[in-house]
Amino acid sequence: MSENGLLTVAGLSKLFPVKKRTYSLRVRNFIHAVDGLSFSVERGEVFGLVGESGCGKTTTGKLIVKLLDPTAGAVLLGGENTASIRRGKPLRAFRRRVQMIFQDPYESLNPRFTVFDTVAEPLVVQNRHSVAERERAVAEILVAVGLAPPETFMFRFPHELSGGQRQRVSIARAMVIHPDFVAADEPTSMLDVSIRAGIMELLLGLRADLGVSYLYITHDLAVARYMCNRIGVMYLGKIVELGPAEEVVQNSLHPYTQALIASVPVPDPTYHRQPGEIKGDVAAPIDPPARCRFYPRCPRGDKQCEEVSHPPLDELQPGHFVACYKASAQSRG
Amino acid sequence: MTDRTPAQYAITPLWKMRLRLLARTSRQNWSLFWESRIGPVGLLIIGLFLLAMVAHPILISTVWEPRVYDPVMGFDRALIGRHPAPPSWSHPLGTDPIGRDVLSQLMWSARSAFALGVTAAVISVVIGTLIGAVCAYFGGVVDVVFMRLADLVMLFPFIALLMVLRSVLPLTLIRLALILGALSGLGGITIVLKSQALTVKVKPYIEAARVAGGGSWHIIRRHIIPNIMPLTFLYMMFNVTAAIFTEAVLSFFGFLDIRMSWGVMINTAQQAGYLGAFGHYWWLWAPAGAAITLLCFAFYLVGRGLDAVVNPRLRRR
Repeated sequence: MSENGLLTVAGLSKLFPVKKRTYSLRVRNFIHAVDGLSFSVERGEVFGLVGESGCGKTTTGKLIVKLLDPTAGAVLLGGENTASIRRGKPLRAFRRRVQMIFQDPYESLNPRFTVFDTVAEPLVVQNRHSVAERERAVAEILVAVGLAPPETFMFRFPHELSGGQRQRVSIARAMVIHPDFVAADEPTSMLDVSIRAGIMELLLGLRADLGVSYLYITHDLAVARYMCNRIGVMYLGKIVELGPAEEVVQNSLHPYTQALIASVPVPDPTYHRQPGEIKGDVAAPIDPPARCRFYPRCPRGDKQCEEVSHPPLDELQPGHFVACYKASAQSRG
Repeated sequence: MTDRTPAQYAITPLWKMRLRLLARTSRQNWSLFWESRIGPVGLLIIGLFLLAMVAHPILISTVWEPRVYDPVMGFDRALIGRHPAPPSWSHPLGTDPIGRDVLSQLMWSARSAFALGVTAAVISVVIGTLIGAVCAYFGGVVDVVFMRLADLVMLFPFIALLMVLRSVLPLTLIRLALILGALSGLGGITIVLKSQALTVKVKPYIEAARVAGGGSWHIIRRHIIPNIMPLTFLYMMFNVTAAIFTEAVLSFFGFLDIRMSWGVMINTAQQAGYLGAFGHYWWLWAPAGAAITLLCFAFYLVGRGLDAVVNPRLRRR
């Protein structure tokens, strides 16, 4: 993994305690939401995190934007560890560089705020602009996200906007202070299919115009393939496969990625799906055993996989990392 | 981006737009309030009481001779020996056992009822909103302390407390308002508003505000409190009712050091032994009782009307 990335995640873990009673002091069990995650995002790159619900994608996003504090590991922004940033001025400076776009455009806008209030909020709390400058900045970013003319949108309330327009407002809020890095948490998953492409095009266009990098979180491989330069596939808090987007989709090496791709619907009514290779259900990540996370569902797993710890991410092909003993053995042998 | 100049964007100044928006939302809310039917009725009754309150000093300075009609010190010598006198042209609601005009007392007491009710309600709601929002946002020890305190206050025998307090310092109207406000603010209202604040706290727009760089106070002030405000107003209305009612009960038992109020009027009748002969001397207790009931009822109706505005589930679509 490259050292000169804009954002580097090194061994990032987040454990959530599972409390049995409200006032119990000792915590015995932990949910391993994110477990030893490492990747880096280059300047101007779109890095995709793909995985099913509950695999820790969103937690990773929140750890990066410091909505949560990691249990272990570090997030480095331009080589600087963000864990030391706690409050006050350094935190505000960090917020200027790192922003987030939220999944639900219906809940992520305050219903009592006009579009102007919402989009200007980062400028207000950063306290760096006069009122006139704020108005101009908001008008400009509204035009940039496709809400033009801005004066017709500025003083509307969220309930007067469509889902797509709301998500554009939410994007404008993230972009108005020109951040270097934006964590986009499934920005299109709540939207109508017909307007998804528009939002994705907008995000790619803003990357070109503003030079922003994205962490693009999604459960949809097709979306990730379209949006991202590189993809990391997550399963129960671990990255199981990481590589260039086309490479991961066309030449997947991990059995989980292969199963994900095999499950993509085929637009042919006469097509008969092969019975799925993977068995069972996603396990709850509460104190998982040390072995490979995917072992209970893996069609290839054997005695070796059960006994040794979770496989490391091996670079099997240039830039293509896979965490699977069987895949490693295959490529070597 | 386009090359339009800022002047072209700022067609109307910001404050003008805000005023216009405020006017529009108030119009919408008013029409919802109007459609609730019971809300405007409550407002009308409150208006009548306000009218009585304003009319009293005017009547005293014009047609009512203060020596006769003063609510506390007045005495009608023309009817000496016949007090309490039944309603007549000079005293539309009769006189009380010590010769004071009942209508004058009734109108004068509206002022203290409003002062007490509104003060107590505002204090309780301000305390409840702040503590509820802070508890919901910070959680932890702060939350535990204030919630257990709320449990304690709700179970506290506060009439006993007031009696003990009275032995130390006289319970004037303003002191009673402060005590009632603080007690109900720390009690049930805090719990209700905290639970409402909790539902606001978990919304993604709170996280978005944090990512934008907003600190705790920014989020509490700009996001949480405005979103629990509607409920706050609702509870304010119900609290006015509770405060007026409590004052009447306490005055009736003579626990308070208030010279004149609706409760005191009934207490005066009771002290002089006129409550026993039920139905005779009705003008000594019925007008005051009706005034208490009617004003409490009016605030309750306004509260119900506001409920229709703030609670989308009650709206007819």
